[in-house]
Amino acid sequence: MRYLLVEDNQELAEAVLRRLAMDGHAVDHAASLEAAKDCLAAADYDLILLDVMLPDGDGREFLAQSRKRLDVPVIMLTARSQVSDRVGALDQGADDYITKPFDFSELEARCRAVLRRRGGSAKNEIALGPALFDPLSGTLRRGETKVDLRSRESRLLEVFALNPGQILSKGQLMDRLFTFDSAVTENAIEVYIGRLRKRIEGMGFQIETVRGLGYRIEAQSP
Amino acid sequence: MIATTSLGRKLTLLLAGVAALLSVLSWSMVTGLARQAAERTQDNVLSASVTTIAETLRTEQGEVRLELPYSAFSMLGAISQDRVFYKVVAGSRLLTGYADLQVPSGYGPDQGPGRVRFATGSYLGEDIRMASLTRFVQAGNSPVPVTVTVAQTRYGIGAITSDLSRHAAGLSIAFFLVAAGLTSLVARASLRPLKTITADVARRGPADLSPLHHKAPAELAPLLDALNRLMVRLGQSIRRSEDFIAEAAHRVRTPLATVRVQAEILLRATTGDAERQRLRQMIRAVDESSRSAGQLLDHATVVYRAEALARDPVDLGEVARQCAHALEPTAAMRDIALRIETQRAIVRGDPILIDNALRNILDNAIKYSPDDTTVTVRVLKDVETVRVSVTDQGPGLGNGAVEHLTERFRRGCNVEGIVGSGLGLTIAEAAIQAHGGRLELGKGPEGQGACVSLILSA
Repeated sequence: MRYLLVEDNQELAEAVLRRLAMDGHAVDHAASLEAAKDCLAAADYDLILLDVMLPDGDGREFLAQSRKRLDVPVIMLTARSQVSDRVGALDQGADDYITKPFDFSELEARCRAVLRRRGGSAKNEIALGPALFDPLSGTLRRGETKVDLRSRESRLLEVFALNPGQILSKGQLMDRLFTFDSAVTENAIEVYIGRLRKRIEGMGFQIETVRGLGYRIEAQSP
Repeated sequence: MIATTSLGRKLTLLLAGVAALLSVLSWSMVTGLARQAAERTQDNVLSASVTTIAETLRTEQGEVRLELPYSAFSMLGAISQDRVFYKVVAGSRLLTGYADLQVPSGYGPDQGPGRVRFATGSYLGEDIRMASLTRFVQAGNSPVPVTVTVAQTRYGIGAITSDLSRHAAGLSIAFFLVAAGLTSLVARASLRPLKTITADVARRGPADLSPLHHKAPAELAPLLDALNRLMVRLGQSIRRSEDFIAEAAHRVRTPLATVRVQAEILLRATTGDAERQRLRQMIRAVDESSRSAGQLLDHATVVYRAEALARDPVDLGEVARQCAHALEPTAAMRDIALRIETQRAIVRGDPILIDNALRNILDNAIKYSPDDTTVTVRVLKDVETVRVSVTDQGPGLGNGAVEHLTERFRRGCNVEGIVGSGLGLTIAEAAIQAHGGRLELGKGPEGQGACVSLILSA
């Protein structure tokens, strides 16, 4: 996935860039609308994250002006939560909006929803042993066999898929899977691991328990 | 606002007063003129009568003689049935007539012989009008002054005058009534532009500060100008404060967003349990502060917009669909399914407020729902009301007093561990109450979960 982040706050931009890179996305950063125009002229993006308040103008106005030429999904980053503002953002042609400060997993969820709605980009599959996993649609394929994963199962598998061979602790998985506003215990992770294991049976890879440390994904020995 | 004086009433009273004054004046003038005309007529006839009699004066053998022509009295009878008296005196000798008819003596310097003199007096206790004419008749060798006097009572004049006066009074009253009727029409017509402008201003929604375009009469133009200038200033001031809020929110929330993302990054790289716990707390604190700030702002918006409520047609079915659509990704993160059963249901109100209320209710339902459950949004309508109900399969609203949940900063008794400000239902209720509707908090259909309904009149 190639993202364009238009955000003038250097610290926030750096943090978002770093965080998106952790999930394997390529991200370009523009600190102003001028810079954003240059980026858009030079490359094709799958998704744009657009701040509302930029030093050289209003992100919403920029969007309203360039919407005809610009066929890329846009998610607005807004600092206000007033409904009138949200409605305004959607009227100007944004696909969705998210309020700062945002939960990164919510941002990801909204990005996925927008990309799915827009038809998505085709080549985004991750190989897991002999199977192919599409995190956007949550489908897992091995030859003719196809499994549709539920949202959280898909997220869990994505975490494993992006960290091949790495041991992930229950705590780490929890942070990726659950929002911070809900109180969950590590038992919940065990429940989801159990579910996912059932779903990936026969897909040619497995989730291995590393006693006392966590879990790891491994291709099955034939 | 208390109306101390009504411009319309003042104008009506003033114009009606003028009409009444004019009516009375015209009545008294007509009455006076009628009296004068009647008197003049009587005088003319009296004068003609006197002249006719005087013309028959002649001398026979040194004696002054006269004939009383019938026409001299019949002409007097022509104007009224008044009694007629007469007297002819030659020198100091009464020739004929009523001896005791008091005739004003002599003639003044400008009332020489040959001219008719008039006088008003009384005879036999009745008011009379007299005309006298003195002629010198040659009797013997010296001219003898002969005075002919004809008098008539004045009942006829009084009758004619009062008859005319009655007619004039009737006309004056009719004139007054017509004028008063027209007056209130005129007052209403001249105040109509004021009413139109008032209605136009009153009909406006809270955000409509566009200038008033009216063909106002010249007197109202300054008011209209002042109103439009006020509107512009108000618009600027609102825009300034909105810009300020936007700027403030941006300045506060952007660094918070940085903190949150950095904390998340750190959390992924940290393995120590104690540190991870602290980072989670940090993130929760950020979420809590941003959520509270957002909801306080929303609450202020609701209060502000509710003061002058817009009454646009709003399709609750569409609002419900859009709300569900907007919150779908959040729900999907926890495998919560949103089931929508909507239909077209038009109510009148502020779409932004209704959207805000429903979003808060739906957001609550998703937040307090366990994973892998379903939240159902239904739009139901009957003849009088439209109901949007949000049902979840969560723990319900607890056994505490449900009606207190809409109080400010009040949260349910079973919400531990979930970030919330306690303002969600307060906002929803304020928004719905502004529309004359209400919130209903209860249990789901099978006694499980919570069901929050928003009820508005159709």
